[in-house]
Amino acid sequence: MSFAVSMLVFLGIASVIGTILKQNEPYENYIIKFGQFWFGFFEKIGLYDVYHSVWFLIILLFLVISTTLCITKNTPIILKDFLLFKDSLEEKSLLSFTHHLVLKNKKKVNLSQVIHYLKQANFKVKEKLKDNGDILIVAKKGNYQRLGYIFTHVGVVVICLGGLLDGNLIFKAQELFGYKKIETLDIPASKVQEVSRLSVANSSFRANMTLAEGSSDNVAFVRMKDGYLVQDLPFKITLKDFRINHYSTGMPKSFESDLIISDPELSQDITKTISVNHPFTYKGIAIYQSDFQDGGTKLDIRLWNFLNSNTSQKINGKIFEKVKLDKDQLTYEFNDFRKFNILHLKEGIKEKPRNVGPSVTYKIRNNSGQAREYISYQYAMPIDERSFFISGMRETPQEEFKYLKIPADQKGSISDFMLFKAALQNKPLIEAVAKKMANQSVNSDKNASVKESFENSVNKLMTLFGQGGFSNIARNIDTNIPASEKDKAVQTYLKIIDIASTELYKNQFNLSDKELDQSRVTFIQDALNAYSDMFFYGSPYYFELINYDQKEASGLQLTKSPGQFWVYLGSLSLVLGIFSMIYLRERKLWLLIKSKGGAILAFTSNRKNPDFEIDYKKVSQAIKKIIQ
Amino acid sequence: MLTKLFKSSKTSFQIFNALYLSFLLGGAFYALKTFHNYMDIYEKAILFGSVGFFSWLGWSWNHFKKIIILVFAISLFAIQLYGGALANSEHIFLLKYLISSQSAIMWMNVFFALALLLYWLGLLTKNNLVDDIASSFTSLAVLFGFIGLLVRWYESYLIGLDIGHIPISNLYEVFILFCLITSLLYLFYEERFNTKKLGAFVLIVINAAVGFILWYTFDRHADGVQPLVPALQSYWMKIHVPANFIGYGAFSLAAMVSLAYILAGKKILTSYLPKPAVLDDLIYKSIAIGFIFFTIATILGAIWAGEAWGGYWSWDPKETWALIVWLNYAAWLHYRIVKGLRGPVLAWWALIGLVVTTFAFLGVNMFLSGLHSYGQL
Ligand code: HEM
Repeated sequence: MSFAVSMLVFLGIASVIGTILKQNEPYENYIIKFGQFWFGFFEKIGLYDVYHSVWFLIILLFLVISTTLCITKNTPIILKDFLLFKDSLEEKSLLSFTHHLVLKNKKKVNLSQVIHYLKQANFKVKEKLKDNGDILIVAKKGNYQRLGYIFTHVGVVVICLGGLLDGNLIFKAQELFGYKKIETLDIPASKVQEVSRLSVANSSFRANMTLAEGSSDNVAFVRMKDGYLVQDLPFKITLKDFRINHYSTGMPKSFESDLIISDPELSQDITKTISVNHPFTYKGIAIYQSDFQDGGTKLDIRLWNFLNSNTSQKINGKIFEKVKLDKDQLTYEFNDFRKFNILHLKEGIKEKPRNVGPSVTYKIRNNSGQAREYISYQYAMPIDERSFFISGMRETPQEEFKYLKIPADQKGSISDFMLFKAALQNKPLIEAVAKKMANQSVNSDKNASVKESFENSVNKLMTLFGQGGFSNIARNIDTNIPASEKDKAVQTYLKIIDIASTELYKNQFNLSDKELDQSRVTFIQDALNAYSDMFFYGSPYYFELINYDQKEASGLQLTKSPGQFWVYLGSLSLVLGIFSMIYLRERKLWLLIKSKGGAILAFTSNRKNPDFEIDYKKVSQAIKKIIQ
Repeated sequence: MLTKLFKSSKTSFQIFNALYLSFLLGGAFYALKTFHNYMDIYEKAILFGSVGFFSWLGWSWNHFKKIIILVFAISLFAIQLYGGALANSEHIFLLKYLISSQSAIMWMNVFFALALLLYWLGLLTKNNLVDDIASSFTSLAVLFGFIGLLVRWYESYLIGLDIGHIPISNLYEVFILFCLITSLLYLFYEERFNTKKLGAFVLIVINAAVGFILWYTFDRHADGVQPLVPALQSYWMKIHVPANFIGYGAFSLAAMVSLAYILAGKKILTSYLPKPAVLDDLIYKSIAIGFIFFTIATILGAIWAGEAWGGYWSWDPKETWALIVWLNYAAWLHYRIVKGLRGPVLAWWALIGLVVTTFAFLGVNMFLSGLHSYGQL
């Protein structure tokens, strides 16, 4: 008993370990987390897949064995007790019960009344006439409680065995003796060797399969440790279409895959739509909708050159493929496309998340192999009453994205910003504006030298700004201006940049002062900030997604689990067993009616709790009343 | 004369029961007639299954019957007041201040808080009248809580036909369910054992949950109706979640009674509390009822997982912690039933069991990731 309970406790503790350490992650993650030494140690003791480790299975096995022993030990006793009415008891043994009552009758015992009462109280009753003329009444009820013990524990054993049937014990044995090996190389399924393949005859597996729309396959992959196994299937699955339906809020409502199953044994293909919670089972293999990913969406992209004038180029990309820009020695690696992005644009109160449209994640790798990761959204997003194109960049996957916010123009496009940016980099235009500003602010000719130096400083300031934004100016101030005058210089410079940029803007878009409304003023400010941030963006191009041709891929899970039936059956037995053990109350009663007058009542139960006392009181009083 | 009176009250009792059954059946048929287009065969089965369950509960416990009748009557009235327009919750006085789901749930919170105060007052002053009032407040809280959930169910359909669903799908909703089930279990035993003194303890966990609901509402603004993610769109949810919460509720009840038991053993409040044997029996009974429902819930969860995720057992953290909780109470029951162990050890164990249970219920969502995606904090 204590052994069984310690097994339960062990099992509990082992399970806790498995929930604290994330299981079945790629091995690199563990190496990063623990370092080489501990990684190797933890791998040896199976911590990355606790529930399939040898020691865990041994605990389970002990549990099964000890429970089985307990059942075999107790079952005969229980069955005997269940079937038999113990009618051999003598007066002496009745008197030794803790709950007994000696009755003296004043009248003749009305036997049928006693029996009637007992039956009414749901007792099963047997009478026996003893040799000496005494009558022994044996009654019992709630007898199934004892069977409950058997049902409960048989249930536990059956569940464990069913679970083992669905585990990977057979593979483990095969691996141990070298018949099977986990494949760790990233190669096409057709090239995977026989030792890493599981045959169609394999009776139990849980495998995954990713199908792009329009493609088909007849193998699935079983992920194991740091690699995988290939599971051959007795049929071919084609993904005709994958759909995500959405709620009006933009949240996903359903994931559905239209499948075609082609079995050489059938003259006709089976078409079937599966979705989450609605799998399809064929030939004992259940096919589930498990996840989805991109299946190679085609992208039309415009790359705007940040640094040189107002040029752009078009490229075509495809998710999971690369495009190399020879001129810059840069490679674009397209990783993911998402048609819907549900974002929380405003923090806090009652603000609902909303769909901001498609996004692409990609990496830009330079010729020395270093890469930064980017995310770009197709449409401008409303932020603080304005509209911005957002693109995020990070240098390592552990970081958060840092975002570049480029203001959209009144038509909702990026072109005004690009035009304005061109103006900020346009040398002749800057010179013209500097001249104009000098003319306006220094009015008479006699101050020609002042005018010229003003013109020069505007020119220089705007060129510095054009080459590196605000941080370039800050650097310049730090090196050239004494600390005591910094604040004043910053003020002046900012004012000049403000005025000069506004001039550049008016010039570029042919606007008069009157046409320069508040929204345009804000635009200029946002654009100057974006322009400055651009130098930290790490890419010479702004990525504009013009168009896409989406292709999705559906993630399917295929399982064959012969143990499932047994697990469910065991569960049923467990529930029935627990129920009868807890809610049925076993009661046994003997009433010896002596031929010489008087009677002895004995009452017992395998569990003597307060309810038992209550029952004893009730029954004994009723019988007393009948007899006396 | 006396037997005659007894008999007649027995028949009127039976008439009441029959009326109750027909009331429930009527409601079920009405729901079937109105909503059959939105229900699949399993949901219809669950509908009539719950008629069975509720009539069984009502027959074995009269007080519950009264609560249920009031809940349905008032909820129907609220639905009538809505008349199909969500905006009416702002315009119509009764809805706005009393029986729209948000208001009803706030009233539930208020009554639970008052009940806690009064139970303690009753305990410390040994005043039975105050106990009676506290108990009535608990019933009132349950009444309002159930109205809140039922009306919320209706409101969710007013937000959008495809959004509507049974309100047991996120942390806010299941916390309400937890309060209701725990207090119903307590009220049942309160009547059975005639001990109103334990409310002071049981209402502590319930009010902890109320605190969570308030924090979730006012700080997190997480009290809105969210559409169901695909994995939760299943009739299994309707039985798996309530069964689970009967388990959680019963284990919490056992833990709080254990607390009383431990205190009484340390000569604190001893003269105020029921006898240790009564407490002990109550601890066992509520763990037993919790255990059976928790077993059923875990099995149902496994069957559901088998249908939704492609495997009846994936060692997902939530599943694993359910197993841990189960193993814990299985071990507890072995000690109690087989070894006949009683007393403070089992009481401490039941109290610590609540820590394990709470981790399975909340901690997993907060600290561990897994397939049980709903209700991240
Ligand atoms: C994982 C689940 C379980 C395991 C591994 C298990 C294991 C065992 C074992 C090994 C014994 C034998 C003790 C002995 O006689 O030497 C036992 C006895 C017993 N178990 Fe369990 N058990 C489990 C679940 C349950 C449950 C859920 C209950 C009841 C609610 C229960 C109630 C009992 C009872 C009453 C006995 C005593 C039988 C007797 O000797 O009369 N068990 N259990």
